[in-house]
Formats: sequence, C-alpha cells, structure tokens
Amino acid sequence: MIYWDIFLANFVANLLGYGGGPATIPLLEYEVVDRYGWFSTQEFSEMVALGNGLPGPIATKLAAYIGYDQGGILGAFIGVFASVAPSLLLMIALLGVLMKYKQSPRVKRLTKIVRPTIAVLLGVMTYDFFFHSYENAGLGHTIILGVGAFLCLERWRISPVYVVAGALVYGAIFLA
Amino acid sequence: MKRNNKQQYNLDQKNLFLAFFRASMLGYGGGLSAIPLMKKEVVDTYKWMDDEEFSDILALSNTLPGPINTKMSGYIGFRLCGFLGLVNAVIATVLPTAILMILLLTVLNAYKDSPLVQGMANGVLPVAGVMIGVLAWDFFQKSRAGMGWLPTIIYTIISLFVMELLGIHPALLIAGLIGIALFSNADFRKERQVKDK
Repeated sequence: MIYWDIFLANFVANLLGYGGGPATIPLLEYEVVDRYGWFSTQEFSEMVALGNGLPGPIATKLAAYIGYDQGGILGAFIGVFASVAPSLLLMIALLGVLMKYKQSPRVKRLTKIVRPTIAVLLGVMTYDFFFHSYENAGLGHTIILGVGAFLCLERWRISPVYVVAGALVYGAIFLA
Repeated sequence: MKRNNKQQYNLDQKNLFLAFFRASMLGYGGGLSAIPLMKKEVVDTYKWMDDEEFSDILALSNTLPGPINTKMSGYIGFRLCGFLGLVNAVIATVLPTAILMILLLTVLNAYKDSPLVQGMANGVLPVAGVMIGVLAWDFFQKSRAGMGWLPTIIYTIISLFVMELLGIHPALLIAGLIGIALFSNADFRKERQVKDK
C-alpha cells in the first residue's frame, strides 16, 4: 500500500534524523532511492537543489513532493504529516519530562553520538551526486559548476535561489 | 503571558498564521535559518513570549529528532492558541513552500524528455552535491567540537563500516547509537576521572 509506504519512509527518516531537517535528508534518500526505488539519485538531487532554492523547512518540502509524486494530494498530506507529527506530538506529550532532562548529559549525548553517522550519510550522498554528475556532464562541467557553486554559496554568500537559477541556465545552455 | 491579554498582544489565529508564514517564507537554506526570523516575530514584533521562553523551546526541540522548525512553530502555536493554534502555525510554516515545491518539480517533470530540461537537471546536480557536502562538513565539525577528534573518527569509521561495507540500514545503526547514548555509563566514568585529576 503506497500511502503506508509514504508514511513509513518519512516517519523513519524524521524520527532518526537527529540534528534537524538537514539530518533527515540522507535518511530520506536512503528510503526513497535505495529502499523503495521511487526516485533515481539524479531526481533526488534535483529535489535537494530546488528545495534549497525555495524558502522554508527542507524536510517537509521533500516529504510533500515525494508524497505527491507517489500518491497525489493525499500522499503529499501523509508525507508531511509523517515528518511533522510524531516528533511534535512527542514534544507536547513529554514536555514535563523533557524540561527536567534538558540539561541531562545523556540527552545531550544523544545528538552528539548520532552526528558522525549523519556526516557519513551526507558524505556518501555528496560522493554519489558528484559521481553521477561526472557520468552525465563530464569532469570539466562538474568542476566548473561545483567550484562555482561552492564559491557563490560559501564564500560570497549569494542566496541559493540565484545559485540554483544560475545552474539551471548553465545546464540549459551548455549541457542540453 | 496572561490569557486575558490576548487582545493587547494581537494574538489571534490570523496574526499567528502571518507570523509563521513570514518567518518560513523569508528563511532560505533549510529550517534553521528561519529560527532567528521566528524569534523576531514571536519575541520582538508581537511579544507573545520572552527571550528565555523562546530559548527553552529551542533547546527542547533540539532534544528530539526531526525538523526543528515545525516542532517549534507547532509547539508555540499550541502554547499560545491551543490545538487550533498548533495546526494553524504548522500549516503556515509548511504549506506555502510545499505547494511551491510541488508546482516547480511537477512542471519540470512534465518536460523531462526535453533535452533542455535534462541539461538543466544536469546543471543542478553538482550544486546539490556542494549543498550536501557543506552539510556533511558541518556535521563533522560540530561532532568534533562536541566530542573531540578521536571519538568522531572512531564513530565515523564505525558508521562507514556498518552502513557501506555491511550494508546495514542506517535506521538500525542510529537506533543502536541512541541506545548507547541513553544507557551506557562509559563516558561518565571517564568524565569523572578527568574531574578527579
């Protein structure tokens, strides 16, 4: 049942994504690309890039599109619900307990201990994206776009909207 | 804030929606960039809660997994205006950008077979690589700052080994790590020894 799968994929990725929305991206990729095979790596990279070019939280944007693509409007709703509701309800239900253990070293250690794993997942995903780019567009274009995007985003702090738009134009002209 | 002061603070569902809508629509680059904007709306503009309360809610959101942004807006909405406020604030945060995302990608997908769109998709691939690569580096740096080089490297190697070589589902690995974090005493003993010295 597709709706149940949409729910499960988003539920698992968000419930284990310690470190906010970005941490859920590689987990979500694992679910929808590797496990369910709904998207190719290339398609997922488009979602990530365009998602970053739009405002708002990234995990729910991905959830909405994945759900919509697989199950229409209802699928989009289920995807967003699965990514938002469990941890939000947990927060409201456990408020008293959480307040008490907010400073607990065990709870702080939770986020810490998961970070290297998320870093590895993100690192592998980075490699996948560049490798696919190398296969599709060749080494030269991959380096130009990669270095250019890095400088624009990290050095000159240009908004991702313009960087993504620029890459789309570059692709339309040089890679079509 | 006292409940009977609602009018004085312009606290109704419309303003609640607007506050979270603005914070979300102006926050580029994932949920985290929207948090200062959310604070500006909730604490500075509308004065629905003070700085300390907001920081408390942020700290709480960080102790749980999943997107920070929606947890915060949902919880603040709930605290200020009950269950309806929760639904309202989450919708304001999520819906507008979700619709934009679906529209944009659906249009792009409709022309999937056109070489022009394929070229565009290829152009965007390395950009996505840079974005994710920066995030990976970020998590690595935070990890190093949080627990030092050696544990970071050890956990990184374990993660690589378990997920890439053994092909074990990341969910299982993370669930295992959560178990270790909650139930192991190892680090505490070490910390105590350090303190004793």
